[in-house]
Amino acid sequence: METLEPILAEHPFLQGLSPEHLHLIVGCASNVRFEAGQYLFHDGDQADKFYFIRQGKVAVEIHAAAKGAIVIQTLGEGEVLGWSWLVPPYEWHFDARAIQLTRAFALDGKCLRAKCEEDARLGYELMKRFTHIMEQRLEATRLQLLDIYGSQS
Amino acid sequence: MPESIPSNRTPAVLQSSKLHALFEVLQKQGYTIVGPTRRDGALVYEPLTHVNELPQGWTDQQEGGTYRLARRDDQAYFGYVVGPQSWKKFLHPPALRLWRAKRDNGTFEILAEPETVPRYAFVGVRACELAALTIQDQVFMGGAYVDPHYKKRRENIFIVAVNCTQAGGNCFCASMHTGPEATAGFDLALTEVCDAEQHFFLLTTGSPAGEKVLHALPHRAATQTERESGAHLLEQTSQNMGRTLDTSDLKHLLYRNTENPHWEEVARRCLTCANCTMVCPTCFCTTIEDVTDLTGEHAERWRKWDSCFTMDFSYIHGGSIRVSTKARYRQWLTHKLATWIDQFGTMGCVGCGRCITWCPVGIDLTEEVRGLRASESGGSAPQTDSD
Amino acid sequence: MARNLETHRAAEPRVDDAMLPAPFLVQQLKLETDDTFTLALAPQQKNAEFEFQAGQFNMLYVYGVGEVPISISGDPAQHATLIHTTRVVGTVTKAMRKLKRNDALGVRGPYGAPWPVQNAIGNDVVLVAGGIGLAPLRPALYQLLAQREKFGKVVLLYGTRSPEDILFRSELEQWRARFDLEVYITVDRALGTWRGNVGVVTTLIPKAPFDPRNTTAMVCGPEVMMRFTALELQKRGVPSNDIYVSMERNMKCGIGFCGHCQFGPTFICKDGPVFSYSRIKDWLAKWEI
Repeated sequence: METLEPILAEHPFLQGLSPEHLHLIVGCASNVRFEAGQYLFHDGDQADKFYFIRQGKVAVEIHAAAKGAIVIQTLGEGEVLGWSWLVPPYEWHFDARAIQLTRAFALDGKCLRAKCEEDARLGYELMKRFTHIMEQRLEATRLQLLDIYGSQS
Repeated sequence: MPESIPSNRTPAVLQSSKLHALFEVLQKQGYTIVGPTRRDGALVYEPLTHVNELPQGWTDQQEGGTYRLARRDDQAYFGYVVGPQSWKKFLHPPALRLWRAKRDNGTFEILAEPETVPRYAFVGVRACELAALTIQDQVFMGGAYVDPHYKKRRENIFIVAVNCTQAGGNCFCASMHTGPEATAGFDLALTEVCDAEQHFFLLTTGSPAGEKVLHALPHRAATQTERESGAHLLEQTSQNMGRTLDTSDLKHLLYRNTENPHWEEVARRCLTCANCTMVCPTCFCTTIEDVTDLTGEHAERWRKWDSCFTMDFSYIHGGSIRVSTKARYRQWLTHKLATWIDQFGTMGCVGCGRCITWCPVGIDLTEEVRGLRASESGGSAPQTDSD
Repeated sequence: MARNLETHRAAEPRVDDAMLPAPFLVQQLKLETDDTFTLALAPQQKNAEFEFQAGQFNMLYVYGVGEVPISISGDPAQHATLIHTTRVVGTVTKAMRKLKRNDALGVRGPYGAPWPVQNAIGNDVVLVAGGIGLAPLRPALYQLLAQREKFGKVVLLYGTRSPEDILFRSELEQWRARFDLEVYITVDRALGTWRGNVGVVTTLIPKAPFDPRNTTAMVCGPEVMMRFTALELQKRGVPSNDIYVSMERNMKCGIGFCGHCQFGPTFICKDGPVFSYSRIKDWLAKWEI
């Protein structure tokens, strides 16, 4: 979609990409919207997409038998949701639910995977960016694991 | 507290047979004399009433982890160095009740302890100990808060310093520039000259109070020869120190070596018994104990000596900060030789060697510093032969 | 006997006995969460006042039980009531939790170096609070709001364990309602009913609205949280000497004599508890200091 390209180009995640690569990615993008309470995906679903959140808030959840849904992270404007589309068997391991009205760009992971196979350079650029996100998430998750506010801290 | 007046007047001589006069003059002026005496195989500081309570004819033999008394072949009154106690026993008491309280109609009332402190005359204060007094003065009286208990005890004491005429096995005051000669901070200073032909004290004054006492003693001016024999003894002592410590850039050496594997090596030997902190004349850490009687009606707050070597010294909710022996030994040594400088302007160590003598495993901080320096220059530390 | 205002360095050395607690009477004890409570105290002496600076602490004495350092959590402009918020973590705080109205509590203080509120004039101010760390920061926020026009943007980032552990809820709601204060809250974990942020407090920093080149940051919480927060702030471009943290160590006297609170070359009771991050960051990086 031509109208999406300039908006996507602004996204921090896509900074530094060549115009050709940006165009390739835009070709896999669509505008989506979720109402408050709507699920983006469920644990076990095929991970064919990932999302750039433009506005709103999404909760990443695990459903635990006795407790119901436990929110382990929320993501908001400007953040990227989902990397399971990159890793076989391409399945989601969590639920994602819009907490409030959320607008996002959905990127077709299947489409992008095919393009990355053809253009290794594009694949590498995306890998670099996702690795950075994963590192940040891992560090934040580790801090959460420490339970620093818990009774022993 | 005596003013520091440089004693450049001609020293006086007091014959050893007249040493008792010093005691009598001080007692007449209302002082409680405290000095060294022999007890339980060591030379300790206690109130004395007579000159014959001094350990005349005794000396001490000190090595890493070793302290023995032995008889001298002369009758010197001060022929030894320092024992397990220091003057902090009197100025910074090991246990002190700070206040009492009682319940009173739903609230409580605190009653400060009335403090009557004797006017002490410390007889036999070594140069390193004078330096330690100055250091503790800075800790307790040099900051925004002044410790009233230390101040009260520190004021009005009369100090008779004794210049060491032999160095102890673990002494390194020369390296620390704290001795062997007392240069300031005393009222009177004695240098004992004792050999086959003569036995006398060279006396110098350091304050008007010291002059007053000297006037009351049977003394005369020292001859050139007598002065020279005193100077010679001091020079010899300075040359024969049991240990040396290279203090060059010591603060930065310790600051940049907090992760040096050498600390693990010391930790293998250290028992964290806290002896070093108990005997050290500058260690000042205390703990507070709040206690009640069984009815809960009366409460007291006590202040007691504490040591950074104990496990719960650094306890906060959840656990202690310094758990390992390595961390606790490192804390003590880094504080004594490095962070003390940033806190109080000088090092905390005066080179008295007590920590080396009274360490059950003979850890020698001069060796530990040597080991740290050596590890930096790539060499290995010399083997210590303590067991 | 209430104390007069004192900075952490008195002009004249105090020789009176600073180890004598003054009795204050409990006016109110409020449970904030299941392990945290707030005490409102008044000096026993009628019409006496208590003055302090934001970031300072008192040594609080429970008769016959013991004494602990607790940060003051009230408004420095309010001198009639002394407010402390604390978690129950040991014998003394456990005993404090059982105090009733008109019970007496011994107070010594205020001690310590305060938050640099006056120094921050002209800057944006970011307060980053982790868990109980919101309590020692609250006095700074009160001071900032009392002279709001002197500062640029003022932002509060607050992270805690779960929604049930959020302190000062009604006040937080009031603060959020203001147009001149940005408040962002996050929790480490929540059930599905929570509609706020979930994630560690450091995740709030990249998007918080302040100018890193002109900001004073005040950070308070568990040590590991302060370390990571300082790192995130620096990543955003806040210089290390514009970041302030509040340190904690064992304290027995609060006035620099017992030696317990030493942290490298500093005494937390008198050189701290508030430090600029640049001053202590090398020591903070070491273990068991």
